[in-house]
Amino acid sequence: MSTTYKLTTPLADEDVAKLAIGDVVLLTGTIYTARDAAHKRLVESLDKGEPLPFDLKGALIYYVGPSPAPPGRPIGAAGPTTSYRMDSYAPRLHSLGLKATIGKGKRSDEVKAALKQYTAVYFGATGGAGALLSQRIKAARVIAYEDLGPEAIRELTVEDFPLLVINDAKGGELYVKPKLD
Amino acid sequence: MRTIAAADVIEAVATMAMESNVELPADVWAKFRECAAREEAPAAREIFRQLLENADLAKETRLPLCQDTGLAVLFVEMGEDCRVEGGLRAAIDEGVRKGYKDGYLRKSACDPFTRKNTGDNTPAIIHIDLVPGDRLKIAFMAKGGGSENMSRVTFLSPAQGWPGIKDFVVRRVAEAGPNPCPPTVIGVGIGGNAELSAIIAKKALLRELDDVHPDPDIAAKERELLDAINELGIGPMGLGGKTTSLGVKIAVAPCHLASLPLAVNVQCHSSRHREVIL
Repeated sequence: MSTTYKLTTPLADEDVAKLAIGDVVLLTGTIYTARDAAHKRLVESLDKGEPLPFDLKGALIYYVGPSPAPPGRPIGAAGPTTSYRMDSYAPRLHSLGLKATIGKGKRSDEVKAALKQYTAVYFGATGGAGALLSQRIKAARVIAYEDLGPEAIRELTVEDFPLLVINDAKGGELYVKPKLD
Repeated sequence: MRTIAAADVIEAVATMAMESNVELPADVWAKFRECAAREEAPAAREIFRQLLENADLAKETRLPLCQDTGLAVLFVEMGEDCRVEGGLRAAIDEGVRKGYKDGYLRKSACDPFTRKNTGDNTPAIIHIDLVPGDRLKIAFMAKGGGSENMSRVTFLSPAQGWPGIKDFVVRRVAEAGPNPCPPTVIGVGIGGNAELSAIIAKKALLRELDDVHPDPDIAAKERELLDAINELGIGPMGLGGKTTSLGVKIAVAPCHLASLPLAVNVQCHSSRHREVIL
């Protein structure tokens, strides 16, 4: 039976270790957006020994490139992008303290192994529910790579942001295996 | 020769870009409700509930349904007895520029090597057919990257026939799994050549979800594919359920004696598109 947890950032190992596939998490606090181009730059910074624009310890990265904020709103539509494109970067970021990623779609075996090794978790948010998820984002500001436009790194303040545990730290996976003959 | 004002094309394209991104097509809305009622699994029902709530919210707040407001793909049927003042392509690109700016839509077009954003979501991808008459029909599709990445073009051997086609399409959907935001709509282009199969597969996605192909044999094949895809059990967002796809649309074109071209174009659940006749 799935459980609903309310969690606050940053995440500790014990927050993550208790989560099992199918659990719902309502997340409150600060998360960071990054997708394809931002990940490339983050890893280039690590290669050069430069500091990252945010602290990875206990952090969550949301794979999203939001639409522009209309007047009077902190952000536009903000649902998840497909996660596998960040698979080649995720294990290294988990090894440095990243506790969770948020996206949609399948992860590689390397990412799943990293979740176990570093006590981390992969959350799904509902793809194509960008207007709905936007309501749970209370503030947003660009903190790095502004030239990347929608791909810039943003710090988001979220309240009860709804997440589903897709891959847990014990090796479990929620996605259904297709029934092929 | 009828001359259509560029401003009319610009306005029509800009409006379609904005409308299609904030208002779910009526046939998709109805299909969500129909499929939600058939689902037994709580996770599948919950995803449909969220997608319906998202559609209500987007319509009310004018926030896009999805942050990926797509590359702008346009299918144009242009009467041979009309022209657009200043040029059709220029007017369409200007309409896309205006719609994506005024509608606070995300600009997703970039250089394939440098990945630098073009800044205004142009150039649009425009397919033009010349037809008799003096009218201009423009269909707009907002095509997201996540679903497009799951699309494929292949060449089967003619000996593989329908069983080979069916096997390839169903395996493609199985392999894509949760990635393209199921429940998807699947466009299948059979025949033509490398580029034509891909274009007709995508154009087939403009059809209404509940329409029936005029050729009864193709209509039966669409049902057969949809049933086989839904048997996969992938379900909404890959969480399991009876609805993996909302519809399958097949388009057919004659091909070379040596070939059986096949294109599968995967569209996300929101299947955002509009059309206008000027």
